[in-house]
Amino acid sequence: MDSVITLEHVQKRFGTYIAVHEAHFDIGKGEFFSMLGPSGCGKTTTLRMIAGFEQPDSGRILLEGQDVSRVPPYRRNVNTVFQHYALFPHMTVRDNVAFGPRSRKLEEAEVQKRVKELLEVTRLNQFAERKPAQLSGGQQQRVALARALVNYPSALLLDEPLGALDLKLRQAMQIELKRIQREVGITFIYVTHDQEEALTMSDRIAVMNEGRVEQIGTPEEIYHSPSTVFVAGFIGVANLLPARVIGLMDNRAVVTLAGEQRAEATAPGWAAKPGSDATLMVRPERLRLSADGPGVAATLTTAVFQGPVVRCLLATPDGVEVIAHVGSEGPRPDLQPGRSYRLLWDADSARLLPRAKASAPLDLQERTTLDLAGSH
Amino acid sequence: MAGIAAGGGRRSPVAPYLLVAPGVLWLLAFYVVPTVTLARTSFGPADAAWYDGYQRAFTVYGVHLGRSFGYALAATLVCVLLGYPLAYAIAFRAGKYKNFLLGLVILPFFTTFLVRTFAWKTILNDGGIVVQVLGTIGMLPEEGRLLNTVWAVIGGLSYNFLPFMILPIYVSLEKIDRKLTEAANDLYCNAGQAFRKVVLPLSMPGVLAGSLLTFIPATGDFINAELLGSPNQKMLGSVIQGQFLQVRDYSLAASLSFVLMVIITIMVLLYARALGTEDLA
Repeated sequence: MDSVITLEHVQKRFGTYIAVHEAHFDIGKGEFFSMLGPSGCGKTTTLRMIAGFEQPDSGRILLEGQDVSRVPPYRRNVNTVFQHYALFPHMTVRDNVAFGPRSRKLEEAEVQKRVKELLEVTRLNQFAERKPAQLSGGQQQRVALARALVNYPSALLLDEPLGALDLKLRQAMQIELKRIQREVGITFIYVTHDQEEALTMSDRIAVMNEGRVEQIGTPEEIYHSPSTVFVAGFIGVANLLPARVIGLMDNRAVVTLAGEQRAEATAPGWAAKPGSDATLMVRPERLRLSADGPGVAATLTTAVFQGPVVRCLLATPDGVEVIAHVGSEGPRPDLQPGRSYRLLWDADSARLLPRAKASAPLDLQERTTLDLAGSH
Repeated sequence: MAGIAAGGGRRSPVAPYLLVAPGVLWLLAFYVVPTVTLARTSFGPADAAWYDGYQRAFTVYGVHLGRSFGYALAATLVCVLLGYPLAYAIAFRAGKYKNFLLGLVILPFFTTFLVRTFAWKTILNDGGIVVQVLGTIGMLPEEGRLLNTVWAVIGGLSYNFLPFMILPIYVSLEKIDRKLTEAANDLYCNAGQAFRKVVLPLSMPGVLAGSLLTFIPATGDFINAELLGSPNQKMLGSVIQGQFLQVRDYSLAASLSFVLMVIITIMVLLYARALGTEDLA
């Protein structure tokens, strides 16, 4: 895959605060690449460095092989869709879209040709003579997109572009964005804090936390094979059980959980010594519940019927909260809150992760899902 | 919803009229009535033609009329040239000193207009330091002095009305989303082009408002011409004041006032149209 943008050990600080720490990755041609993370994780700063609004303190940014680290934004062939669109309020939609090509002193005939093309792609034809203030949020969003794409950039940078829209419109625009990206075939670099948005649209996702890129991979890799506790918790719901490594063999680990319960988990590339602390991660839909027999003991707190699954909240004797999604059809034990059950999973669906130092954002995330479940 | 609708139904239909009544009465008593009275006065005493005052306004006092507009235009121009960069700096570059600098802009208002203009009399005095310095570097106007010249009058007008130019421009610049400049940079404009294509057009309502607040009172001003100028710099405001209070030719003074008002109105409308901000005017 040809890379359009390469970040080489890019670092950015604001005063003593390190906003971006050693960002080092490639973005391929035609790729829909997302940078995902909570606010303050450095994703927007990284995007602004690619756009040229900020300059890295060290490291290099290459655009199609050229070092652009010190090139001002108006000489870079990348364009940005701003969070609140930043449309020029004194210009019509047509003039907004024509702004870039006119700044580059293209022939007016060529400008009009491109504007016409982009107004069609973004389905804005009938609004061409309106001012931005006369458009709805979704329409303004499409103007911002057209205004950037009309320049045929090497990459389009999108800074939480759907953040200001309501849920329904946001979902419609996700599909719309993906359609436009396929149609124009331009690399999209998309910044978001919304994991669902990233999973829906991206070819690859870079999950960021506290200025560091924690993992880069396809949505499936990120979801099924997270490499850190943070990634596991940020994407989807993750059950995290404290574990101690007993033995390692062929990418597989044997661990003991609380209560000396033994379990197996996949641990690719795991190099920790036996006896060290780790976290065992397993997704709620991979857990099975049985009334007795082997497995980790846990007490059922609540069971909520959610259509295809029954969402069960359980607590292990040492106080770890566990969520299990049990198929609502087919065999399952009689679910009674207060009763003790056994949790089971296949070794393939559990992953061993390095023990996290601080898990504040994780707890938060977990808490929110629990609260949501409770309010249903 | 139902409660609000019911409340609306019960509301007295005369309430809106009661609310605007004080304003309407005020304008009737202090604007409409005086204007009508002034108009009647302008049509002159019985012993002269009704247009006598207007005729003299354009003949005898044509030169003052022209001078008033000339000086006011010059002062407005000076105010735009000085005020815009200052307002820009306060809005975009001042950071935490923004309020302090705005305070400085307003500070002169704590002293009366008259006293401040008198102060300029001392500053521009023939033996004063300004004249000496300008004389040394050969920058003194050909009259060999500053006081009682056209420069002093235009300077005084500019000085007195500068805050009225700075504040509206500042407000219009302050409202501009900083991201718009970034968007322009992103779309291949350097700083200068981004200013010309985005910031300047968006600040035009402020320039228009500032120009009106400067130009209109400056045209009718007589303090600056009286204190800083000689009889050769006499503006129409001085003439009107003299005719009303000393000569007591009320008909002429009223005619002059009307001529001034009408010309200002026409110029303002043309200016607003030229700037493309009719909705503001």
